[in-house]
Amino acid sequence: MVKKDISSRELTEKALKDIEKNSNLNAFITLCADDALKAANEADNLRAKGDTRPLLGVPIAVKDMILTKGVKTTAASKILSNYIPPYDATVVRKLKTAGAIIIGKTNMDEFAMGSSNEHSFFGPVKNPWDTKLVSGGSSGGSAVSVAARLTPFALGTDTGGSIRQPASLCGVVGIKPTYGRVSRYGVVAYASSLDQVGVFARSVEECALLTETISGKDEFDSTSVDITPVGEIKFGIKGLRIGIPKEYFTEALDPIVNSLVSEALNNLRSLGATLVPISLPHTDLALAAYYVIAPAEASSNLARYDGIRYGIREEAEDLFSLYANTREAGFGSEVKRRIIIGTYVLSSGYYDAYYKKAQQVRRLIQNDFLDVFKNSCDVIAAPVSPFPAWKLGEKVSDPLKMYLSDILTIPVNLAGLPGMSIPCGFTSDRLPVGFQLIGKPFDEKTLYQVGATYQKETNFHKELPPGVEDGF
Amino acid sequence: MDFEVVIGLEVHLQLATKSKIFCSSSASFGGEPNEYIDPVTFGLPGALPVLNYKVLEYGIKMGLALNCEINRFNRFARKHYFYPDLPKGYQISQFEEPLCERGRLDLFINGGWRSIGIKRIHMEEDAGKNIHDSRTGSSLIDLNRAGVGLLEIVSEPDIRSPEEAGFYLKAVRQIARYLEISDGNMEEGSLRCDANISLRPAGTLQFGTRTEIKNLNSFKNVEKALEYEIARQHKILKEGGKVVQETMTFDTSNLTTRPLRSKEESSDYRYFPDPDLPPLVLEESLIESIRQELPSLPNERLKTLTEGFGLSEYDALVLTAEKASVDFFQAVFDVCNNAKLASNWITSELFGRLNKEGKELKDSPITALALGQLISLITDEVISGKMAKSVFDEMYETGESPDKIVEKKGLRQLDNEDDLLKLITKILDANVDQLATYFGGKDRVFGFFVGEVMKETKGSANPKKVNELLKREIEKRR
Repeated sequence: MVKKDISSRELTEKALKDIEKNSNLNAFITLCADDALKAANEADNLRAKGDTRPLLGVPIAVKDMILTKGVKTTAASKILSNYIPPYDATVVRKLKTAGAIIIGKTNMDEFAMGSSNEHSFFGPVKNPWDTKLVSGGSSGGSAVSVAARLTPFALGTDTGGSIRQPASLCGVVGIKPTYGRVSRYGVVAYASSLDQVGVFARSVEECALLTETISGKDEFDSTSVDITPVGEIKFGIKGLRIGIPKEYFTEALDPIVNSLVSEALNNLRSLGATLVPISLPHTDLALAAYYVIAPAEASSNLARYDGIRYGIREEAEDLFSLYANTREAGFGSEVKRRIIIGTYVLSSGYYDAYYKKAQQVRRLIQNDFLDVFKNSCDVIAAPVSPFPAWKLGEKVSDPLKMYLSDILTIPVNLAGLPGMSIPCGFTSDRLPVGFQLIGKPFDEKTLYQVGATYQKETNFHKELPPGVEDGF
Repeated sequence: MDFEVVIGLEVHLQLATKSKIFCSSSASFGGEPNEYIDPVTFGLPGALPVLNYKVLEYGIKMGLALNCEINRFNRFARKHYFYPDLPKGYQISQFEEPLCERGRLDLFINGGWRSIGIKRIHMEEDAGKNIHDSRTGSSLIDLNRAGVGLLEIVSEPDIRSPEEAGFYLKAVRQIARYLEISDGNMEEGSLRCDANISLRPAGTLQFGTRTEIKNLNSFKNVEKALEYEIARQHKILKEGGKVVQETMTFDTSNLTTRPLRSKEESSDYRYFPDPDLPPLVLEESLIESIRQELPSLPNERLKTLTEGFGLSEYDALVLTAEKASVDFFQAVFDVCNNAKLASNWITSELFGRLNKEGKELKDSPITALALGQLISLITDEVISGKMAKSVFDEMYETGESPDKIVEKKGLRQLDNEDDLLKLITKILDANVDQLATYFGGKDRVFGFFVGEVMKETKGSANPKKVNELLKREIEKRR
């Protein structure tokens, strides 16, 4: 656009057309065509006047978990299927201020609860590498939007792996920043102490650009933190100590994932990094702790969907039935499952045994990470998902199997650390696989440094799903 | 068998902050329904609470005033229940880590002191209001009040009678008003009270089964409800029955209590720390700086008035009831330096007049400075006490200063020695016969001379001075 090869208007029209053309992927719930085209015209005018902001006029897809003023925001739930928010999430406001164009709202697992994007009121998202396979989740629509080059960027949210896992399964870069770096104001809450907004893009550098744009202390989010911007990305990783946690390379790991990630690690070593074997001994407790803490917070956060003030309402004879009927009709099965688990673990008499215990485990997991960062390594590298994308319907009726797909991403959320998924190769079926970088709190800079250096030497992130062209 | 009454009160004090506890909407009373709302108040998806630090400051003030320990580690917790006036499905409150604990409130009751323990004080948000429209049969919700900051002040079960409960409640309100953190207005709901009450055989230590009476909204109702509930429990126990632990409501139409909900339905609030609000770790310096700012409190000022100024307990209680009154008293005293007169003029003259007109001290047309000046004119013998009353009336009507009124009306006492001497000499010269009678032993003739002076000066002569000078001049002629 700077070179004036293409206008924002043309880019936006192309994106809208491509999304339409690829509607079989089901990546979007709502498109903002009129507003987007209007914004594109404005962006072109500004650019003509010499405005060179990097995101000016660039179309961006936003997960439907993130509120957009005047544009339906559903969290992929029936209960919010008619909900039009009166305010923008802070991250959306920041994007608009940067001149970016919100092109539409992406599909996801209902209230971000899921790992395959099959738990959406609006139907599953399909993987562009093989449309019989899942995209991963919960931010499946956003991952697919970038993977199929419908948009160059997308926002997602990551509570237990919801950005990194679909990024890995779809072959794009996805970052979950440190808890507190990005404001949660205006983001539908799933598990408040774990939720974090993050970014999908084709490259680490683009990911860094967009992450910087949405970061920063927000007076409307008490958990957001004032952190100085990352600045220029450094290239070269000579002498950097990369920790390899043995607990992340178990027999549960698909051999092809194991070998592709190991290849990436060798690559990093050949670029000058030192690989340091480390141990994060409480890793095996993470999944259990997560499935106490996240449902507990979810059961509380979702209490507001009561049919009284907004969202759908099922009329009834009395107040209790109005609540019961509305929530029975409005929530899908996975959401109900987690509300029930969460309500149970917070109940008087069970609180200490479950919630309190899970918080103690969480602290142990945090300390695992802080210990190795203090003593052994500068950054950690590991697999993202234990297996590549699987068939639609394969795990949807077995929650435990589904939950296992997040076993390598959940510890990062529990510890509040930054994590990034970077494409590192393909299976024999040509399904993408990513590897994960985990950083010290607020040390995204090192993740960018390692990731960008790796991508300079590799081309996995440039490969395209069948039939897809990169118009950006 | 004699029974001892055991009462504990939970007071909800609405804080007079400008904005609500977790957002910037106005915390004002009134307003059009749902005028003071925003994404946070309305419980919209994605809305997050941000603490209004004024609430914390007010809570610490109340804690210090009630002699509490202020917890350095504070956390907010979510209390869950479904109700239409509770937008998020949970109330943000404090549970395991309240702001204040282990305090004490000393009450001056019928000439003696009683100490009531304060168990805890915590911060929380208020709920909105459900209004049932009987015309249309629909339920309406007004969320103006939702999210207004509250302090919940929980007493130990140290209260032993409805009367004591009344004193306790009034003392809590009095302190809140001294601290200027709440108007404590029960009619507008800025002070609300739940009462826990049980009876036990006199002399025993174990508590009896208690009931809780919810939402008492006037001082009178607190006492009436407790009286009824004591009688009810007393009757049950006397007849060998058992009190059922339950939550009651007080029916103001027939002054009786009745169960609100049964035990079976008792709620599990599923408290857990609110992940949207990081724990508050209070610095010692913050607490100290708030302590420094505390005004002197009712009991302290009561002691100053009785022990320092020698006022009667009755007058001191009247003056300390409101901070404005005792501040006014102090300001009057600072001008006139006479506590007794200051107290009398304020409590009988000024309060009498204000009460008659249904006004409050802040509406008084007479300032503390002016009243102090008026009292000074009396003690300096510029005007007599009797004249002062008419000056006071004039001050009240016009708001003019007493000096100006005295000057204007020529009320100033004649106490210039030269002028008085001239007059006395003239009178003595003109009444040689009376003087002789006086010297002859008829002392009461002295009064005749005083009367002559007063007549000549139309009563404005300073009587003390007249007496002095007359005596001196008469003796000179003996």
